Amino acid sequence: MSTFPKLLRGMDASTRKRLAFGIGSFLLPLLIWSLVSYAPFIWHPKVMVTESGGVDYFQIGMLVDKEMFATEVENMRQAQQALPAGTPANPIYLPAPHEVAQALYRGLFEPLQQTDTLSMPASLWHSIQIIFWGFLISSLIGVPLGVLAGTYVPVGRLAEPFIEFFRYLPAPAFGALAVAILGIYDGPKIAIIVIGTLFQQVLIVANTTRKLEPTLIEAARTLGTRRLQLLSRVVVPGILPDLYRDQRILLGWAWTYLIVAELIGTSSGITWYITQQARYQHFDNVYAGIMVIGLIGFVSDLLLARLSKTLFPWDRSQERR
Amino acid sequence: MNANSAHLPSYLEQSEAVQARFASIRERDVVLEVRNLNKRFRSTHGEVDALRDINFSIHRREFICVIGSSGCGKSTLIRILAGLEQQSSGEALLDGKPITGPGQDRGMVFQGYSLFPWLTVKKNVMFGPLANGQSTSHAEREALLWLELVGLEKFADAYPHQLSGGMRQRVAIARALVNQPRILLMDEPFGALDAQTRAKMQSHLLDIWRNIDITVLFITHDLDEAIYLADRILVLKPHPGEVQEIIEVPVPRPRSAAQFTSPEFLATKARLEQLIHPAPVAESENEQAVKPHMIRFTNVADNVE
Ligand SMILES: Nc1ncnc2c1ncn2[C@@H]1O[C@H](COP(=O)(O)OP(=O)(O)OP(=O)(O)O)[C@@H](O)[C@H]1O
Ligand SMILES: [Mg+2]
Repeated sequence: MSTFPKLLRGMDASTRKRLAFGIGSFLLPLLIWSLVSYAPFIWHPKVMVTESGGVDYFQIGMLVDKEMFATEVENMRQAQQALPAGTPANPIYLPAPHEVAQALYRGLFEPLQQTDTLSMPASLWHSIQIIFWGFLISSLIGVPLGVLAGTYVPVGRLAEPFIEFFRYLPAPAFGALAVAILGIYDGPKIAIIVIGTLFQQVLIVANTTRKLEPTLIEAARTLGTRRLQLLSRVVVPGILPDLYRDQRILLGWAWTYLIVAELIGTSSGITWYITQQARYQHFDNVYAGIMVIGLIGFVSDLLLARLSKTLFPWDRSQERR
Repeated sequence: MNANSAHLPSYLEQSEAVQARFASIRERDVVLEVRNLNKRFRSTHGEVDALRDINFSIHRREFICVIGSSGCGKSTLIRILAGLEQQSSGEALLDGKPITGPGQDRGMVFQGYSLFPWLTVKKNVMFGPLANGQSTSHAEREALLWLELVGLEKFADAYPHQLSGGMRQRVAIARALVNQPRILLMDEPFGALDAQTRAKMQSHLLDIWRNIDITVLFITHDLDEAIYLADRILVLKPHPGEVQEIIEVPVPRPRSAAQFTSPEFLATKARLEQLIHPAPVAESENEQAVKPHMIRFTNVADNVE
């Protein structure tokens, strides 16, 4: 277990400091959540019944409002019956951190008890496929179009005004249309992701392309590069690290469209898991589901950021992060 | 005229050796000829006459410097010669053929930021040969040869951002020369370097020029640099850019740093200063528009002078 301190000693002071802040930025919200959950004097507007006493409708484990509980205790006292007992509790929609952690573990690693639901991993896998196809289709159109619009002024002038307009149309508004055209399964969901991502993508990539140092293009031309070669020999390699960064941001964007997309047609994926669990009032599972989306997004972006260092060793802007 | 220039010879006086050299240069073929060249920019702010009626010619293996104050059209001229800009009228001929666009027969070195950051030093130099359809192995051999010439063969696999400013410009020179152009066009290539590196690069450039068959057109606004490097100096006058004078530098070759104080050198410099910074009347309109209004941000008692 001595690897972690060793790892720490291997880092320089600024990396260590940054890591500390990084961990802190997660610990702080967790601390607040824990305080609200575990300190009974903070909030806790409910009482969880541990003994029903003389109150006939109280059941053990039931959550009642604090005032109602006090009234019932008073009633029982006056009626000289057995007093109910209970502990302060938060509403059911705010589970404690350990409950969510358990739910997350259960969801990911234990087999299901309910038979009418998909497991969390299976739901997630479905969601990831929707994102993958949506983002791939969007990129196959958006990146080349963006590069062309950024390189050739006429293409940009022709394409961009319409795209500028279209990107203000909310993607979910196309839900019904997508279902009518593409059916009720994965088609319309992928379409929503594409509509949500593509138009931003063209504009962002075009902008990145325009920021390429013009001297590089001129240098290539004086070296004998023909116009058509410029695109593959200078423009694309020149913008590649920035394009990669754009794609990372856009992938995050695609994730935010996931929930809306999955509600369209027959609901599916992690969204279906979450809504299903909410219907059963398993809010710990709901939080676990939400969190796992965040985790996947966060970790995949971290990995992609790492990867960019190996992919683009010449990219200087990385050293500033 | 300032006091000590009274003792100087005229910049027009040439020793016999220098005269003989210019005579032999004039015998050589004309590599570049510029005839009645005009360039007018149309922009939203109106029209700018950047160049007006430029005429000159350059002989094979001649070293020409172009000098002039900021905004007088030096870059415009060299960009037209490189084929990156289109003239409004007149013509520029390379070996008698009109220049219509960029081509590998002219190499260009920019002031900075022109190396491809995603390519190693070697691949940067290989760019030209590969773009012109040569095989990778041939391009690589050529690249290593030219890198050796600029003394950077050890850095072949480094990326440009790992090099100092001087080394980057050496790579840029090698990258331009590997195409074996007829003329090397250089737009203030050493302008961003510190004085020491700059001096080193100047003598290095003269070394290269001595050893290979290349004609050089070099833009600078540093008078010493122009005199140190050039056979002839083309002085441009701003607004509009016109040729004011073409000066034959009377400083004998081979050049060395010791000549910076020689009478010929000082005489030429005095003449250039006279042309470029005449009596202060001729402030350009642009410069007049920028009049800083100095506000005091420090305590009145807190004086630095
Ligand atoms: N693309 C352009 N559009 C409009 N005007 C231009 C353009 N390029 C240059 N000019 C104008 O032409 C004139 C000459 O510019 P140029 O860049 O050739 O000067 P320069 O001598 O190279 O200056 P510097 O010493 O600052 O590099 C300037 O007045 C400039 O404003
Ligand atoms: Mg210039």
